[in-house]
Amino acid sequence: MSVLEIKDLHVSVETEQGTKQILKGVDLTIKQGEIHAVMGPNGSGKSTLAYSIAGHPKYHVESGSVLLDGAEVLDMTVDERARAGLFLAMQYPVEIPGVRMADFLRTAKTALDGEAPALRPWIKEVNEAMKALRMDKAFSERNVNEGFSGGEKKRHEILQLELLKPRFAVLDETDSGLDVDALKIVSEGVNRAHAANDLGVLLITHYTRILRYIKPDFVHVFVDGRVAEEGGPELAERLENEGYDRFLTDEVVA
Amino acid sequence: MTVLTPEQHGAKAHSDGGWDSTAPGYVPVQTRDARFTSVEHDDFPAVKGIENDWKLTPVARIRPLLDDALDGAPYDYTVTEGASVSWIERTDARIGAAGTPEDRGSANAWSSFDQALAITLTGEEHVDIVLTRDSLGTSPRAAHTVITAKPNSRGTVILRSSGDAHLAENVEIVVEEGAALTVVAVQEWSDASTQLSSHFAQVGRNASLKHIVVTLGGSVVRLNPSVHLSGEGAQGDLFGLYFADAGQHFEQRVYLHHQAANTVGRVNYKGALQGEGAHTVWVGDVLIGPQASGTDSYEQNRNLVLSEGTRADSIPNLEIETGDILGAGHASATGRFDDEQLFYLQARGISEAEARRLVVIGFLAEIVQKVGNAELEAHLHAAIEKELAS
Ligand SMILES: Nc1ncnc2c1ncn2[C@@H]1O[C@H](COP(=O)(O)OP(=O)(O)O)[C@@H](O)[C@H]1O
Ligand SMILES: [Mg+2]
Repeated sequence: MSVLEIKDLHVSVETEQGTKQILKGVDLTIKQGEIHAVMGPNGSGKSTLAYSIAGHPKYHVESGSVLLDGAEVLDMTVDERARAGLFLAMQYPVEIPGVRMADFLRTAKTALDGEAPALRPWIKEVNEAMKALRMDKAFSERNVNEGFSGGEKKRHEILQLELLKPRFAVLDETDSGLDVDALKIVSEGVNRAHAANDLGVLLITHYTRILRYIKPDFVHVFVDGRVAEEGGPELAERLENEGYDRFLTDEVVA
Repeated sequence: MTVLTPEQHGAKAHSDGGWDSTAPGYVPVQTRDARFTSVEHDDFPAVKGIENDWKLTPVARIRPLLDDALDGAPYDYTVTEGASVSWIERTDARIGAAGTPEDRGSANAWSSFDQALAITLTGEEHVDIVLTRDSLGTSPRAAHTVITAKPNSRGTVILRSSGDAHLAENVEIVVEEGAALTVVAVQEWSDASTQLSSHFAQVGRNASLKHIVVTLGGSVVRLNPSVHLSGEGAQGDLFGLYFADAGQHFEQRVYLHHQAANTVGRVNYKGALQGEGAHTVWVGDVLIGPQASGTDSYEQNRNLVLSEGTRADSIPNLEIETGDILGAGHASATGRFDDEQLFYLQARGISEAEARRLVVIGFLAEIVQKVGNAELEAHLHAAIEKELAS
């Protein structure tokens, strides 16, 4: 069984005011097939955690480790991490002019598998996955994320999740900016990927509403760069009623 | 792509004469069609390298083309079978029909050529003519080419240049009433080669010219197309693609003149720069004359910077002399390779080299696709891949 372990992770970024510590010792273990929700207020470091796992060059790991089945992820390049089975659905997917979505998807699939997928079954699979996410076929002819609405970008992230079949996925606020219909469609996509591939999920969110559609096994409350409290799904309900105030007050007192 | 301020690349965008307009002693440049012209070499003063027209050019590297006697004898070429191509005398009426030199290099070529190479399109069935010159040699020479598209003719003329050359040349293009002509000039010279090329085009009533400049090889290549939309309803599409490596200087000063009414103009040049000392210059002068009511015009230049130590100058300039136009605009941007794009692609398992390739090819593909000749398009894709790999 695969396992992703984040151990005492400290991460900083360079700002104009100097080095800023963002993650201050994150511990988190996700086993294959588990869904973990990471919930926290804006600015608590959730995206930093996501980017650090994926290897974004802007984030500097001070100490700690991220292990995928015992192998040190932090020593891998960004593309090596993806090929090792990690996937990040980004909060703000990037537009890539001049690169057609269809070409991009096939290139990514080829890179991950080490060989090009057989053309016909691949096209069929892409079309079916797009249909399930209510994405028009015409999107595959368009440049990656270029001119996509916020919701369309998020669907495209989940489309990739379904097609690229990682072992672990970090979903960074995939729910933000989606109306109820889109939220349902996107959630169904995540649930399909979870069921099909026994996917381990780190579901980052600010709000509890996506947890109506994606049921977490564990909930971690993230405050000021570390996990402040952990529990089962009931913790999400508490947050729904009480918000993050309790944690923030603690913070101020501390 | 990330848009940088022009200063970071040494360029000051959105200016022509206004380039250094705050400096003392600034003299405004006259309107674009009021420049001095002559076919006589001696009519132009020696180039100092500080003139507005030359200050971005490495003049020392092209001295022979500006100043020396040039070999004007006919040269060897190969051409598509069946094409109408022949050498014509200097006295032929076609010579001088499209334009007159505006600079010393162009006038030197004009004064020096013995015979001109004439390419003529007559048929209404589209034809592709590929003319290749790959053995011009290392002594400085002059050339003159006249391309004529007869009324209602259709065709593509591809001028492919490679090998060694030190060439000063003029290319005249006349697109007669109702004709549709594509001219593609492809420069893949050897690393030591230099070229000064002026293209002059007249586009007649309801005629259209698609003019594409592709520069991938050479030490200094300066190719200046001047296109006059002189007949009512004429259309001019001026496209360009360049990829400058270490030490290469590729320059294009584009002039699009909306002379007659209801003309449509599109200028779109895209460039990539990679390696220490790679320098590109794009100047886009668009002039909408007093008779050019109903003009629809847009020009843009985009540069993708792939490494440190490069410089991309990008200077659009729009002059409008009539109040009655449909629209006119310009855009210019020079950006670095976008790390966020790279990260996104790599996060999907794509290697850094492959990710760079995808982004650059994607950026330049827009121009390659305009060529409309499958064989050349495939060649250009391969050539760009090679540039990236080097
Ligand atoms: N590149 C950066 N430069 C400066 N500050 C940053 C950068 N990235 C994140 N931060 C800061 O780090 C903190 C955590 O940001 P982030 O991880 O995006 O939080 P969240 O995703 O939980 O909203 C915020 O205060 C944010 O302003
Ligand atoms: Mg965030």
